[in-house]
Amino acid sequence: MAENAATREAYPVALEELVDDGVDIVAVDADLGASTMGQKFGEKFPERWFSVGVAEQNMVGIAAGLAAAGRTAFIASFSAFLPGRCFDQLRTSVAQPAGGLNVKCVASHGGVTAGEDGMSAQAIEDVALASSLISFNVVVPADYEEARQAILAVGKANGPAYVRTGRPKVPGLFDSGYRFELGKAALLREGTDVTFVACGVMVVVAIEAAERLAAEGISARVLNQASIKPIDREAIIAAAVDTGAVVTAEEHQTIGGLGSAVARVLAEAEPVPAAFVGVDSYGTSGTWTELLDHFELTPARLVQAARDVLARKA
Amino acid sequence: MTTANSTVSTAELIAVAQKVRAHIVRMVASAQSGHPGGSLSSVELGVALYWNHLRVDPANPDWLERDRFILSKGHATPFLYSVLAERGFFSAELLGGFRKLGSKLQGHPSMGTVPGVEMSAGSLGQGLSFAIGQAMAGRFADRDYRCWVLLGDGELNEGQVWESAQAVGHFRLGDRVTAIVDRNNIQNDGFGKDIMEIDPVGMFNGFGWQVLEVDGHDMAAVDGVLDEAKKPAERPRCVVAHTVKGKGVSFMENNPAFHGKAPSPEQLQQALDEIARGL
Repeated sequence: MAENAATREAYPVALEELVDDGVDIVAVDADLGASTMGQKFGEKFPERWFSVGVAEQNMVGIAAGLAAAGRTAFIASFSAFLPGRCFDQLRTSVAQPAGGLNVKCVASHGGVTAGEDGMSAQAIEDVALASSLISFNVVVPADYEEARQAILAVGKANGPAYVRTGRPKVPGLFDSGYRFELGKAALLREGTDVTFVACGVMVVVAIEAAERLAAEGISARVLNQASIKPIDREAIIAAAVDTGAVVTAEEHQTIGGLGSAVARVLAEAEPVPAAFVGVDSYGTSGTWTELLDHFELTPARLVQAARDVLARKA
Repeated sequence: MTTANSTVSTAELIAVAQKVRAHIVRMVASAQSGHPGGSLSSVELGVALYWNHLRVDPANPDWLERDRFILSKGHATPFLYSVLAERGFFSAELLGGFRKLGSKLQGHPSMGTVPGVEMSAGSLGQGLSFAIGQAMAGRFADRDYRCWVLLGDGELNEGQVWESAQAVGHFRLGDRVTAIVDRNNIQNDGFGKDIMEIDPVGMFNGFGWQVLEVDGHDMAAVDGVLDEAKKPAERPRCVVAHTVKGKGVSFMENNPAFHGKAPSPEQLQQALDEIARGL
């Protein structure tokens, strides 16, 4: 298992790998390059990186032009501003032309773990917005290694994408033997009574909750569903069939994110008791660990949610 | 293939403009929807560009070295499609499908579906940003094409235009990106002075551009200013073309009602008569 690292730290590393792999990338920042880590890539590849200043809409439009001319354009900002500040540009200039241009958004500081900056900086709508863009893939990686691989994957896949990374250093879950795939969930823990489907920082929380439930004799499966769109229908249906109850966990509101995507699969294919854990109010200042507690993004809440769905099982 | 500076006479350009105007009013009348006013005001600009200045090959619309014409004021599709059809990108017979189910000629431009349409638009303010990206890619790949962006004056209300206007000079793209403002003084809801007035000359000067003003309906003058705009420059250049909304059709001229309204069958006949007489 890798050391603690922020998922955003994977951004410049993955960009460099893409260059090594022959992908003609160009990366753009909007005056947050030190935080998104794009600037680090720019120091090494100045001809492949630039900043547009504090102008996210222009950044998206420029990226669309670069992509229309055949290049793979990465753009970075905070998840609060990308896609929020430039949603219309993502829709009109990126998602709609020619089935979707090769513009890849990597937005850092996702969710309440953005921390002390408070509610305006804490994106809890970004996954919903990005998922609503028809041609976009959407990924919320759980750790550094998965973020690195997800950025590589979207960089090589055709079409636009949104990858959410985070500000704090989080525990490593995967080593380089792990293989991220768009549209696939990773089974992290086998279980037969209930399934946690989690993404981002909530994956570690779900694993801890599963361990606590094991002590009570409840067997909980843990699926890491980083690929929100496309989602892994087979893995979710199998989890519903095998365990008969599902709890989703995300650092995002429960409307339009992972929970909604899982609920749709269940409703269409295998309706089972389900609960949805997320952040359904605007944030406040605090350290990221304090905020996880404040918003009850905790093992205790997931354990309670699991008990609730188990009680509803026939 | 037609290259830059091939010279089509002013008289021939004027004859093409007349055909384009007739297409515009027929298309909007047939669809019973669309935007005639801001299409008619742009005609001389588009005709002079496509016949005498743009390096394009209608038979090979995706040619990598082509100059890009980016219609940022995306509602002016009757103008864009008519010019593209007359220039040979596709058959003028297709113009009859404008805004109708089954036609590729949507109400606003959709990139990747119509030959010669460089960018999806319809939400205003996005063309200059797109041109910057195209121009940067050209510089990186050592291709010397130029991106021409046509903006409406009402469109200059959009903040993204300001974001992109500051960036063209900063990125030293003056020899690759040229802006043209169709200054017809009318926007969707009325006259600019009543809705949100903006001075294009002051705005672009303020962002470090050199502004060239021209009578947007004087074909020889338009042709000349576009030549001027292509000369090597320290600063990016913006052509502010003073135009008349609805130009060429008396009841549409300077009439905000015809920003986005179709003529009746009787009005269409009158419009075609006036265009034929070269009002």
